[in-house]
Amino acid sequence: MRVALFITCLADQFLPHAGEGVVKVLQRLGVELTFNPAQTCCGQPAFNTGYRDEARSVATRVLDLFDDADYIVSPSGSCTSMVRVFYPELFAGDPKRLRQVEQLRTRFFEFSEFLVNVLKIEDVGASFPHRVTYHDSCHLLRELGVGEAPRKLLRKVRGLELIELGDHQLCCGFGGTFSVKFPEVSVPMGQDKVRAASQTGAEYLVAADGGCLMHLSGLIHREGSPLKTLHLAEVLAQQEKQ
Amino acid sequence: MSDTGVHSNDIHAGATQTLGDARLVEAYRASTTRLLEHRAEAIAEVPGFERLRDRAREVKRETIEHLDYYIAQFADNVTRNGGRVYWASTAEEACDTVVNIACRAGVREVVKAKSMLGEEIDLNQALEAAGIRPIETDLGEFIIQLAGDRPAHIVAPAIHMTRKDVSELFVARLGAEPTVVPEELTAIARRALRENFQKAGMGVSGANFAVADTGTLVLVENEGNIRMCTTVPRLHVALVGIEKLVPRLADLGVFLRLLGRSGTGQTLTTYTSFLTGPRRPGEDGPEELHVVMVDNGRTAALADAKMREMLYCIRCGACLNTCPVYRKIGGHAYGWAYSGPIGALVTPTLLGIRQARELPFASSLCGACREVCPVRINIPDLLLHLRGQAQTQAPVKAASLLSERHLFGLWAWAMRHPRLYTLGSRMARWGQFLLARRGWIRKIPMYPASQWTLGRDFPALAPKAFRDRWKQLRRE
Repeated sequence: MRVALFITCLADQFLPHAGEGVVKVLQRLGVELTFNPAQTCCGQPAFNTGYRDEARSVATRVLDLFDDADYIVSPSGSCTSMVRVFYPELFAGDPKRLRQVEQLRTRFFEFSEFLVNVLKIEDVGASFPHRVTYHDSCHLLRELGVGEAPRKLLRKVRGLELIELGDHQLCCGFGGTFSVKFPEVSVPMGQDKVRAASQTGAEYLVAADGGCLMHLSGLIHREGSPLKTLHLAEVLAQQEKQ
Repeated sequence: MSDTGVHSNDIHAGATQTLGDARLVEAYRASTTRLLEHRAEAIAEVPGFERLRDRAREVKRETIEHLDYYIAQFADNVTRNGGRVYWASTAEEACDTVVNIACRAGVREVVKAKSMLGEEIDLNQALEAAGIRPIETDLGEFIIQLAGDRPAHIVAPAIHMTRKDVSELFVARLGAEPTVVPEELTAIARRALRENFQKAGMGVSGANFAVADTGTLVLVENEGNIRMCTTVPRLHVALVGIEKLVPRLADLGVFLRLLGRSGTGQTLTTYTSFLTGPRRPGEDGPEELHVVMVDNGRTAALADAKMREMLYCIRCGACLNTCPVYRKIGGHAYGWAYSGPIGALVTPTLLGIRQARELPFASSLCGACREVCPVRINIPDLLLHLRGQAQTQAPVKAASLLSERHLFGLWAWAMRHPRLYTLGSRMARWGQFLLARRGWIRKIPMYPASQWTLGRDFPALAPKAFRDRWKQLRRE
């Protein structure tokens, strides 16, 4: 089984530990992972902002780069939904590319659903003795329909206490370029989420998307709240100290 | 005269205004939460609710795909029932039609049922300009009219006002005694309204559904005022958007079960009126029925194979209640009759993207709206489509040397060239030491990052990108 990592530009530049988490967990499970350094971005920022030609020019590269892997795994529900849900729309006018998209979509998975739904593994042998609350990123939850997989994985982590967030299905307000086009709305939405997370009494706010994490951690840091954020893969990579 | 444009196209100003008023923010939060809770309870008791939604969508799809056929059938049946049908292609034509009917009959006062189409075409302003007094009879609309305001929600027009606000308004405008008891407030409004039904020569309503195979207008409400408006005055004028068609009377079994539950969490609204033609001998009801079919941009939406889906909407308001953006910024910020996610689709589609190019961007694309839509309109997908239209058909003039389009052009160029991407990120790493303190940046002076740091800190680029750690990771 050849599994290729699509790191995503955000995780590559801002959250490399999330990528390392994916590498560690898959290594532990005996899955061989490849990384093609020619990859950059899935094109979503441009697509999300209405620049479809620009988005297409970037997305085309993703179609070509991952032609030969059995599976492609990404630590982002949002970038995965870009490929699986929005590429068909982006390439609707190009039958040749659309065939490539159809080929790619069936092999492209977000990290937690890959573990739970493809590898059928819930216990990855992690240990993290802390109180954790999980934030559903909207694209993962609603575009890909993945809400249970991350929770299943977290429940099997030794010592971890999973506390559900109030209004867990509510958007945190990141929304891609929405965060900079409507900061006056994006920020109070995020503040609500941080407040809800703090009220759970959790030490860590965990999510499976770099965008939400950058937004939420930026708010937390500005507020000076003791809450810490982690990517799901970082939690799953933790093991008991030897 | 009627103004076909938006009231305001600065959603940012509207949003800031709402967010700056804690009482307003709380009013929206409390009311939308209550409506959502009621919805959740109401749909839980219907087995097969999801299949009902599928069926409703399918009926709407079929209707919109063959709208020409159903409109003609509906018009024929209205005529056969003794009503008269008018066609209005613009808001202005629709207003003129209503004003002319009123003038011909010598009507000076018009009682109005709640109608979003009436709001859309600014009928009140047109009537007033012709010396005719429009009297809103829906409690929410009555409050709004008294306050000189605009509806803040498509189902609950006065959702942004608290009981205390309403009490103060009634004291100031009606000389009422102060009270915050809803029943007493309603009684005050009822007393002020009652005599108007008797003296008005004409009632104007909208329609929730227009049934093609019988020519029936279907109206849902909770206060009985619509039934009064459509039966007591001598004339009844119904404004019907051409997308309101359903093919068969039997289809209402699907739609009525969805509408009340999705909108207000009611099994059925208190009143559901089926109006088929004017009064017949020996019955009561209006002597004349005039049905004004309004296009006002709808056929243009129909011509767009993608945006056509927007016409499936049955105006239940569930997407507003669940939208985290609407719940923060409120209805007025959207600048026109329709607000929330559906407003962000309807306004740019009916008026043209140039009139409302920012609206499709006022969404985090979280998809909560699609989850509650009774006819499963893929709202985020349509918003994305409109964003594309906005950038190609209504580009923003660059405020600085580098426009957003230029920035994305540069971005795409770098993303197509991994070496450039790597070089760029290394330069940024080198450059950020001026700004970053312990991994965080408090203020970035450059657009668009400056927008980010208005309310949040920005994480500095990691000391080493993942790609630069990959080789070492493999060795470990």
